[in-house]
Amino acid sequence: MNALAIKKGSSRKSAYDLRNPLDEHQETHTLTVLVDNEAGVLARVIGLFSGRGYNIDSLTVAEVDHQGHRSRITIVTTGTPAVIEQIKHQLERMVPVYSVNDLTVEGPSVERELALVKVNCTGEKRVEAMRTGEVFRANVVDSTLESFVFELTGGPEKIDAFVALMVPLGLVEVSRTGVAAIARGV
Amino acid sequence: MAGKMTGAQMVVQALKDQGVDTVFGYPGGAVLPIYDEIFQQNEIRHILVRHEQGATHAAEGYARSTGKPGVVLVTSGPGATNAVTGMTDALMDSIPIIVLTGQVPTFMIGNDAFQEADTVGITRPCTKHNWLVKDTDRLAETIHQAFHVATHGRPGPVLVDIPKDVQFATGRYVAPAKASTGHYNPQVKGDIDAITAAVEALENAERPVIYSGGGVVNSGPAASQLLRELVSATNFPVTSTLMGLGCYPASGANWLGMLGMHGTYEANWAMHDCDYMLCIGARFDDRITGRVDAFSPQSVKVHIDIDPSSINKNIHVDIPIVGDIGHVLEDLLRVWKARGRKTRSEAVAKWWAKIEEWRAVKSLSYVNSDSTIKPQYALQRLEALTKGRDRYITTEVGQHQMWAAQFLGFEDPNRWMTSGGLGTMGYGMPASIGVQVAHPDALVINVAGEASWLMNMQEMGTAVQYRLPVKQFIVNNERLGMVRQWQELLHGERYSHSWSESLPDFVKLAEAFGAKGILCDNPADLDDAIQEMLDYDGPVIFDCVVEKHENCFPMIPSGKAHNEMLLGSASTKGAIDVGGAVLV
Ligand SMILES: Cc1cc2nc3c(=O)[nH]c(=O)nc-3n(C[C@H](O)[C@H](O)[C@H](O)COP(=O)(O)OP(=O)(O)OC[C@H]3O[C@@H](n4cnc5c(N)ncnc54)[C@H](O)[C@@H]3O)c2cc1C
Ligand SMILES: Cc1ncc(C[n+]2csc(CCOP(=O)(O)OP(=O)(O)O)c2C)c(N)n1
Repeated sequence: MNALAIKKGSSRKSAYDLRNPLDEHQETHTLTVLVDNEAGVLARVIGLFSGRGYNIDSLTVAEVDHQGHRSRITIVTTGTPAVIEQIKHQLERMVPVYSVNDLTVEGPSVERELALVKVNCTGEKRVEAMRTGEVFRANVVDSTLESFVFELTGGPEKIDAFVALMVPLGLVEVSRTGVAAIARGV
Repeated sequence: MAGKMTGAQMVVQALKDQGVDTVFGYPGGAVLPIYDEIFQQNEIRHILVRHEQGATHAAEGYARSTGKPGVVLVTSGPGATNAVTGMTDALMDSIPIIVLTGQVPTFMIGNDAFQEADTVGITRPCTKHNWLVKDTDRLAETIHQAFHVATHGRPGPVLVDIPKDVQFATGRYVAPAKASTGHYNPQVKGDIDAITAAVEALENAERPVIYSGGGVVNSGPAASQLLRELVSATNFPVTSTLMGLGCYPASGANWLGMLGMHGTYEANWAMHDCDYMLCIGARFDDRITGRVDAFSPQSVKVHIDIDPSSINKNIHVDIPIVGDIGHVLEDLLRVWKARGRKTRSEAVAKWWAKIEEWRAVKSLSYVNSDSTIKPQYALQRLEALTKGRDRYITTEVGQHQMWAAQFLGFEDPNRWMTSGGLGTMGYGMPASIGVQVAHPDALVINVAGEASWLMNMQEMGTAVQYRLPVKQFIVNNERLGMVRQWQELLHGERYSHSWSESLPDFVKLAEAFGAKGILCDNPADLDDAIQEMLDYDGPVIFDCVVEKHENCFPMIPSGKAHNEMLLGSASTKGAIDVGGAVLV
């Protein structure tokens, strides 16, 4: 390797960079973070994002190992490549963090979200909502004569699409869990 | 000692087992059980400060001058919030301190109880880690873990919040050897392929520069030794940040002086024009880089740092090496020697010739005066009269801090204690106390500005009480000098609230505290006055009345590149443009 021929550059996170950061291209990454499930751990992670001005598009957390008291946090974030690299390093250096994985670069992965979608409708619209629900393989978990609650799982795009279709049919409320994700294969 | 004890006893036992000899603290309701235990023993010395901020800075001074963590003990609520500035300071400068805070009893937490504050919530962003201990059985282990976290990897402040009922209750004590330190164990050995790539680039370097920083101090004396060996074996020029002064001796042949905003001409030009930059434990701070897109455009950059988040944060580097400096430099030297100790010595000699041209600019020169003491002259005389002594320097923040960095020479690490990252006025006075406690027989001088000094001057009481002969060398320009300088350069000489009005008579103030006061305003008397300060066996406030409107040069204005440096007053008008004015 001829080290002297390597390309130079600089990150754009510094206030001393007078270039417009909006010019640079942004990427969305899904990170999974394994942490000790101790008091305040979520506040630490969220505080890191707000304190350093990083974006959180979605965040989910639950204990995944009850004996070892470990929780898994899935974060979807957007930033320039340099910022994404910083986010990972900043997470890694936190004391309760075991590991940080970037599913977006580490090979194929599955992302799922669960949504509960309430639609108030009668007549034609009720039939149409029901039919759309079937197409999306949504379950009806509650119904009255004037309403449905659909339960739907899938990637964020699928849920976005379903919600968009429900708007003209009488959408009143949406509750989403945020993304849970895992790598494919062994 | 194992077995059952109260939480308060555990605190004292854990500190002893961790080898702590000194605690800086201030009592209050929520820590009374711990104070009761401190009263009943003699191994740990408690220094009663006058303000909890003072305790944190004293602990920082203790830590930075010894390499051991500093320990602070304060009460809940206002005691804890007063300690926040010191913890933030320690976080920015990577100083290991352990802060123990009292808390209201667990059953009252969340009730707005008397002197309750959400201490772990408030201090989460200004500590490396913190813990609220709700169970006495977990207390000893948590304190041991706190010491582990503070001192491993990149050092920093940690806090353990201890509710009063946890201090009273009994539980099982766990000794350090038996305590789990958790899974926090940062990597110290560098990747050997990366080290080899760094050596390869080093061998090809024609215009090299070594840019060292505070991480060398953090790593310990062996790292400074290895740095010196590397410099003398390669004949590469070496500069340092404010935080790394002393790791390479100022009297060393290859020393370029400090770099950065107020660094020397030769150091900054070498950084700008080099083709190989070896960054050792520095973090490409904005005081160093200036405008980042114009930062050292032609160099291959190698960065050794124990914290991966320091790498590629501000500046993209070509060869990152994550690890402890001591370990990495040892491997780097071994690989370089095994490959035949090659450098491009002819090219490097030419590079030195270029550097000598820059050095000839004499960027630290100033116009002296017979009638008023120039601040630079005051520092030069202080240097001349204390050189060769077992000397420790602390500073406050402002112009005097930069002049101290420029005009005092440091021959060893751990001799220079300054607030770099946070720039905390009020740091130096209590820091000098912490240093003197750790080194009772050494000469400890706080180089201060009068405005900064007033921010924690209550600690003179601490100095007198414990017979700590700290010398407070106040470079008194009756101005918030650094602010005034920026207003001159940036805000059309509109000096908005940047002077020190109604200053105390420092000599009388010293006497009121039971210390010695010395006033000097005449250059001809300066040497004798400094000598009088040095000869006095006790704390001194030295009021050195200096030129009021002196500016600190060289200076790289905000938003400019290294090669756009200002050297003196002639060139300053309009030096900072609109783009630079928004920066700090
Ligand atoms: C008024 C004012 C003016 C200033 N002007 C200047 C100036 O002109 N020039 C200047 O240099 N500074 C100046 N500073 C200081 C500046 O703000 C920064 O504090 C300083 O430059 C940072 O020093 P550093 O890069 O050495 O990093 P530090 O803050 O000392 O950080 C140390 C780095 O080393 C790493 N590290 C720690 N331990 C280890 C280890 N064991 N092994 C490997 N790596 C380790 C850390 O992860 C970190 O990245 C000024 C400050 C003030 C208040
Ligand atoms: C706590 C705090 N408040 C404000 C500042 C901003 N500040 C930086 S330097 C300075 C002036 C310092 O004046 P002085 O201590 O007299 O030192 P001089 O610059 O005159 O040498 C100020 C107000 C700071 N660094 N810290």
